[in-house]
Amino acid sequence: MAVKDRVPMKEQDPKERRKNFDEVALGYTEEEAILEASRCIQCPKPTCVAGCPVHVRIPEFIKAITKREFEEAYKIIKSTNSLPAVCGRVCPQEEQCEKNCVLNKIGKPIAIGRLERFVADYALQNNIEEEVKPEKKNKKVAIIGGGPAGLTCAGDLLKMGYYVTIFEALHALGGVLTYGIPEFRLPKRIVEAEIERLKKLGAKVETNVVVGRTVTIDQLMEEEGFEAVFVGTGAGLPKLMDIPGKNLNGVYSANEFLTRINLMKAYKFPEYDTPIVVGKRVAVIGGGNVAMDAARSALRLDGVEEVTVVYRRSKEEMPARAEEIEHAIEEGIKFEFLANPIRINGTEDGWVKSMDVIRMELGEPDSSGRRRPIEIPGSEFTIEVDTVIMALGTSPNNLIPSTTKDVEIQKWGGIIADETGKTSKPGVFAGGDAVTGAATVILAMGAGKQAAKAIDEYLRNKK
Amino acid sequence: MCDMYKIVRKEILNPVVKLMDIEAPRVAKSAKPGQFVIIRIYDKGERIPLTIADYDPEKGTVTIVFQEVGKSTKLLGTLNEGDYILDFVGPLGNFMEVPKEARKILGVGGGVGIPALYPKLKMLHQEGYRVEAILGGRSEEYVIFKKEMEAVCDKVYYATDDGTLGKKGFVTDVLKEVLENDKEIDYIITVGPVIMMKNVCKMTKEYNIPTIVSMNPLMVDGTGMCGACRIEVGGETKFVCMDGPIFDGHLVNFDLAMTRLNMFKKQEKVSLELYEQHHGGDHHGR
Ligand SMILES: Cc1cc2nc3c(=O)[nH]c(=O)nc-3n(C[C@H](O)[C@H](O)[C@H](O)COP(=O)(O)OP(=O)(O)OC[C@H]3O[C@@H](n4cnc5c(N)ncnc54)[C@H](O)[C@@H]3O)c2cc1C
Ligand SMILES: Cc1cc2nc3c(=O)[nH]c(=O)nc-3n(C[C@H](O)[C@H](O)[C@H](O)COP(=O)(O)OP(=O)(O)OC[C@H]3O[C@@H](n4cnc5c(N)ncnc54)[C@H](O)[C@@H]3O)c2cc1C
Ligand code: SF4
Ligand code: SF4
Ligand code: FES
Ligand SMILES: [Mg+2]
Repeated sequence: MAVKDRVPMKEQDPKERRKNFDEVALGYTEEEAILEASRCIQCPKPTCVAGCPVHVRIPEFIKAITKREFEEAYKIIKSTNSLPAVCGRVCPQEEQCEKNCVLNKIGKPIAIGRLERFVADYALQNNIEEEVKPEKKNKKVAIIGGGPAGLTCAGDLLKMGYYVTIFEALHALGGVLTYGIPEFRLPKRIVEAEIERLKKLGAKVETNVVVGRTVTIDQLMEEEGFEAVFVGTGAGLPKLMDIPGKNLNGVYSANEFLTRINLMKAYKFPEYDTPIVVGKRVAVIGGGNVAMDAARSALRLDGVEEVTVVYRRSKEEMPARAEEIEHAIEEGIKFEFLANPIRINGTEDGWVKSMDVIRMELGEPDSSGRRRPIEIPGSEFTIEVDTVIMALGTSPNNLIPSTTKDVEIQKWGGIIADETGKTSKPGVFAGGDAVTGAATVILAMGAGKQAAKAIDEYLRNKK
Repeated sequence: MCDMYKIVRKEILNPVVKLMDIEAPRVAKSAKPGQFVIIRIYDKGERIPLTIADYDPEKGTVTIVFQEVGKSTKLLGTLNEGDYILDFVGPLGNFMEVPKEARKILGVGGGVGIPALYPKLKMLHQEGYRVEAILGGRSEEYVIFKKEMEAVCDKVYYATDDGTLGKKGFVTDVLKEVLENDKEIDYIITVGPVIMMKNVCKMTKEYNIPTIVSMNPLMVDGTGMCGACRIEVGGETKFVCMDGPIFDGHLVNFDLAMTRLNMFKKQEKVSLELYEQHHGGDHHGR
């Protein structure tokens, strides 16, 4: 194989996979991984590393793969990335590590994400554990929220010897990894295996605790002896489009739709008790990962014949991972670009019947650098749909700030924290989507790591 | 994840309504009148919301009262003292505040809305307000929590469909008489079926008496994350689990609320039929 080309990864056939929730990408074999790894030219000054938010030592782990030292490769990755099996699958690599690979100049970059996934899966299959026996420090830290930020912060603090309790509002840990990202992209057994590891490290887990309602941060610190707190509560509050018909039966937020499917397993109804209803024609509004996940999940449900993604800009501006867009197209998802819904029309008994949409054109770039969509007057048209899913983004919930003394927030709801995670309240740290707004798994993880360091420092200096 | 929630008391209040005390110390400690919990009975179960009917922070228990209407509530009804519920989260929602200057408060409750109304009236009574109530149901047997309510109300009126207790008719028939005769009532709280709350609010609006209601939409997470629970209040969309469940009844769009409650009717029927095929008959009066 030419150096220019990547070793392809096997995938389930699109015709087959659009009928099931099994993982789409099947992973490399050992031989495939070694072959792909051998394309890396081991740059002395590797530019790829700078593109990774947690600076995975990319050439080093790739070199270990070429030598068939998979366990060693795992240790190298784990030294900076606590959730490689997850990141290898869901990082927007084309924007990060792979974007910076020198091979882009002559052909395709090294498939860094796929190699990372291979190594992590190898470690899971062969039960490779890092050995840590830290000296116990007699101090308790509370982690609020069991998403990637919280899990990473908890893991690092456990390895430093702290007593850690994770408080999670839902009945399961994982945050978006559990309730948002579908099984066919990130199998839940991977997330569960990471959580089991944390428990083996000694994490105490209290699910069904909504901090701010069940107990407050002030109570945890003043009454329950937690000396520091990490807030990793994410950005879960869905935005809904303010158009007529938004509350008709058959209109879901992507969060509701995906939570029913992923967390509650509604795709296995009636074996599982949580129902979901979809009609023959489904429209998904939005262009990010969430929209792709909702569209591809909808396609896999019984009775659905057609799924259309309605996005107000063009394909080039779509923020979703390149791979997800490709997969969606292969599976037969339709796209209506440069179109924006203005009204959802209902039947007499309150169900979605159709959606009025207006054509857009792209104007000057806006603050995000993307060209701003502008309505074309008089270009309205109607699409027949039975189900509408809104995937327009999410923002942080104000439950914690509104019930904790002295935690300051931004106007849009994000918790104010410095780059180490320190908030305005002594002993309280925060990171991930709760601070940045909806972002990525790897950034949330990076924030959890930073905060663990800062918490350690804080507790060492505190008498 | 491994902690479960023990049923420490079970009572059968009538052929379709049961009461349970559940061991959940954190919830019992923080609960306030008007708040609710979400439970999941077993690993394939759905998350269903139930109002906190009472709570004892010392014993660490929370009381729930539920009507068996579908698969989840019927399954819950088959559990007994000593059994466990897998998940029990709360207290959720805002709690209730009543204006200080209210002179006399009237509670209007129907069906399982009565135990949901109870902790609110109990608190108001303890705070020194004058409290009266109108309670309604199909027949005497279906009007639950009578003793509890009488203990915290200065006066309790009844209305039953068949006239076996109090006036024959709806709570709104009694409400009309009470409002005509008693001009001191200046604040109303109503909890019950949506159609009842709608009719109560229609009447109290005519009398211009502020009225709050407790809404019961479909829910999934109960933490503001999904929007399943949205209703319209004064033309604005609200999430009941975060902004409610208590709202100004004169602003709620009840018709929309009723439509949204029907979203999964077909699936709920399938779920119940399958359940009853496998557990034929054993849900009655256990
Ligand atoms: C559908 C979907 C697809 C995505 N796809 C990708 C992708 O492909 N690649 C990528 O990099 N990123 C993706 N993202 C974004 C990524 O998942 C998030 O940026 C990341 O999960 C943020 O992590 P977090 O730990 O900050 O928060 P979350 O993952 O949101 O976790 C927060 C946790 O805190 C809990 N919580 C909230 N409030 C409380 C409280 N008061 N008390 C206790 N617990 C509380 C929540 O229940 C939740 O479990 C996707 C997001 C979604 C929704
Ligand atoms: C804040 C709140 C407090 C409530 N308090 C009580 C209470 O104290 N006692 C009581 O008996 N009932 C209460 N309910 C209603 C109770 O949650 C439903 O009766 C129950 O979920 C029905 O589940 P099922 O599977 O037995 O019946 P199903 O056959 O699934 O449903 C029957 C009907 O119940 C409603 N329902 C179903 N699933 C849900 C859900 N996930 N969330 C909300 N409603 C649903 C729908 O209208 C449905 O048509 C409350 C609801 C809310 C939102
Ligand atoms: S963590 Fe993400 S960005 Fe970093 S090397 Fe791995 S796949 Fe690339
Ligand atoms: S930039 Fe590309 S070729 Fe160079 S070390 Fe990184 S992965 Fe290897
Ligand atoms: S139940 Fe999900 S937001 Fe209220
Ligand atoms: Mg049900």
